[in-house]
Amino acid sequence: MAKPGYYGPYGGAFLPEILVATFDDFREAFASAKADPSFWQDYLDLMSTYSCRPTPLTHAENLTKHFGGAQIYIKREDLNHTGAHKANNVMGQGLLVKRMGKTRVIAETGAGQHGVATATMAAKFGFECTIYMGEVDVLRQRPNVFWMERLGATVIPVTEGTRILKDAINEAFRDWVRNMDSTHYVMGTACGPHPFPEMVTWFQSIIGLETRKQCLERVGKLPDRVFACVGGGSNAMGIFSGFLDDGDVELVGVEAGGHGVDSGEHAARLASPDASVGVAQGYKTYFLQDQDGQMRETHSVAAGLDYVGVSPILSHLRETGRVRFSAATDKEVVEALELTIKKEGLIPALESAHGFVQAFKEAPDMSPDQVIVINQSGRGDKDIFTVADAFGDPKWEKFIKDKAEEYHA
Amino acid sequence: MLDHYIRAKRAEKDILLMTHIVLGYPTMDKSLQIVRAMVEAGVDLMELQIPFSEPIADGPVILAANQRSLEQGATVAECMEQAKQAVSGHTIPFLFMSYYNILYKYGLDRFAADAGDAGITGTIVPDVPPEEGEEYLQAMDTRNLSPIFIYAPTTSDERMRYIAQYARGFVYCVARKGVTGEATAFSRELDEYLARCRAATDLPLALGFGVKNQADVDFLKGKVDIAVIGSETIRVIDEQGVGAVGDYIRGLAA
Repeated sequence: MAKPGYYGPYGGAFLPEILVATFDDFREAFASAKADPSFWQDYLDLMSTYSCRPTPLTHAENLTKHFGGAQIYIKREDLNHTGAHKANNVMGQGLLVKRMGKTRVIAETGAGQHGVATATMAAKFGFECTIYMGEVDVLRQRPNVFWMERLGATVIPVTEGTRILKDAINEAFRDWVRNMDSTHYVMGTACGPHPFPEMVTWFQSIIGLETRKQCLERVGKLPDRVFACVGGGSNAMGIFSGFLDDGDVELVGVEAGGHGVDSGEHAARLASPDASVGVAQGYKTYFLQDQDGQMRETHSVAAGLDYVGVSPILSHLRETGRVRFSAATDKEVVEALELTIKKEGLIPALESAHGFVQAFKEAPDMSPDQVIVINQSGRGDKDIFTVADAFGDPKWEKFIKDKAEEYHA
Repeated sequence: MLDHYIRAKRAEKDILLMTHIVLGYPTMDKSLQIVRAMVEAGVDLMELQIPFSEPIADGPVILAANQRSLEQGATVAECMEQAKQAVSGHTIPFLFMSYYNILYKYGLDRFAADAGDAGITGTIVPDVPPEEGEEYLQAMDTRNLSPIFIYAPTTSDERMRYIAQYARGFVYCVARKGVTGEATAFSRELDEYLARCRAATDLPLALGFGVKNQADVDFLKGKVDIAVIGSETIRVIDEQGVGAVGDYIRGLAA
């Protein structure tokens, strides 16, 4: 690697001068933690006592039979505390914050999962916590806002810009440049200026390390293909990290195809020709932007995938051919979710269901002695409002209306 | 050269004023009117900001101006054209201020060429530190444009000297932590910081972030060469209209 923090031509640290010193300290603290075996051991201990690590690898026998091709296995990140892989990154950064002696954490959140995970971590470690959330998302995700506030966090609705995830990231940076002495910014995904992509990937690599070991122990071989949804890219980088050196394991990232990659309403940066290379939010990668470099609006049924940029590491892995990318449309996602619930009694998050879509397309053409693993990055049952809307369930709608009546009474 | 201009002007005045506008805000036509009013009121340098959708170093006032300008359809090509018109007929130096993605997507060489042709003297791009600026610096250098770099109170003495190697024209000293448009305490602490800046470079110094009235400008006399008024002029326009700009500027320099 020519320059630190670069993955091919992607990555870097495009920082305003006011943050340079903070990043110097942060890089140093991270490098020393990474080099210290006791830090990783503390992390494993915490994740096995506070969350449910190692998370199981479930053989989806009914889905396997249904498609009649490859053996389908599901990595159960949904069984983490707070219901998603987000906990891995957040608890790891919590240990780092403690090591750096800071007392306050801030974070951005889109759907609210990362915000809830960060607020949970802050409660456990005794940190002050502020969460920035686009006003549009605050309105869409009241249940998560409710929990963040119960957990003691201050939730600040962002009314600037387009009032969604990217604007929440900008606002978190603006807070950080004011309060960097006391505060660490808990970036939620493998994006942003160096060393965020490397650090978030390192914490999430716990998924891939476990999966590789579980495959060898229980299946007796490495998987042939691994599928993961890609928003910012942290769960994908997490599970892919276990297999990057295993050249025979095919890695597949699945982006949000929204209303279709030709519709202009999607969040596919690496699986559509609509994105181009740019520099924003402190790093260089593929962004969904117009020809002037202004960021465009994105769309996905899954709020957690609805983001303009993507991990610079994934941009590079696409270019080298190590990771293949595809997109799943909103409609395909809801169908895959429905099938998985009925066949396996598992409820993946809408985000995670994107990975299922592509796996289901490919499984029938594979042979029964082949193995695929899908990363179920989060659970969908706690997003009942969003999922019920995606299903268009009339009984749910009636329930909500009746409930509203009750409040009027 | 920009630093020569600043030194020559400083021989006549205790402190120079640099103001900031967002191109296309409140409208393209009005931003030209504002330029005229500011130059007539005695401003010595001007920053023309090309709006960007993710201006992370800017506070709510300038952020909202960026957003509004983009909503009204401002494009980079149009900003280039407006800049050309703003520059023509005025003798003060004009700088482009924007974020790196705007230059990167336009093409760094093409941006420098077009900015140079429009009569622009230099560029302020807060999200490109020298470490990431190789292509940027080369493009600016080829067209003889001054890349303005930034010092912050958190910048070490060693790093100030490092940045000075790449800086041309003047160095923009950010008065405090935080983003544009918030209050700054003009205090002894600020004096100490400015003394560090002064020791690190021979280039003229500008100070910005939180400068808004005559007392602030007076405080800076003898400490820096240029006082930068950014968010406050936009606030004046928002609250009192374009017509109030001239009087506001004259009040600062009185």
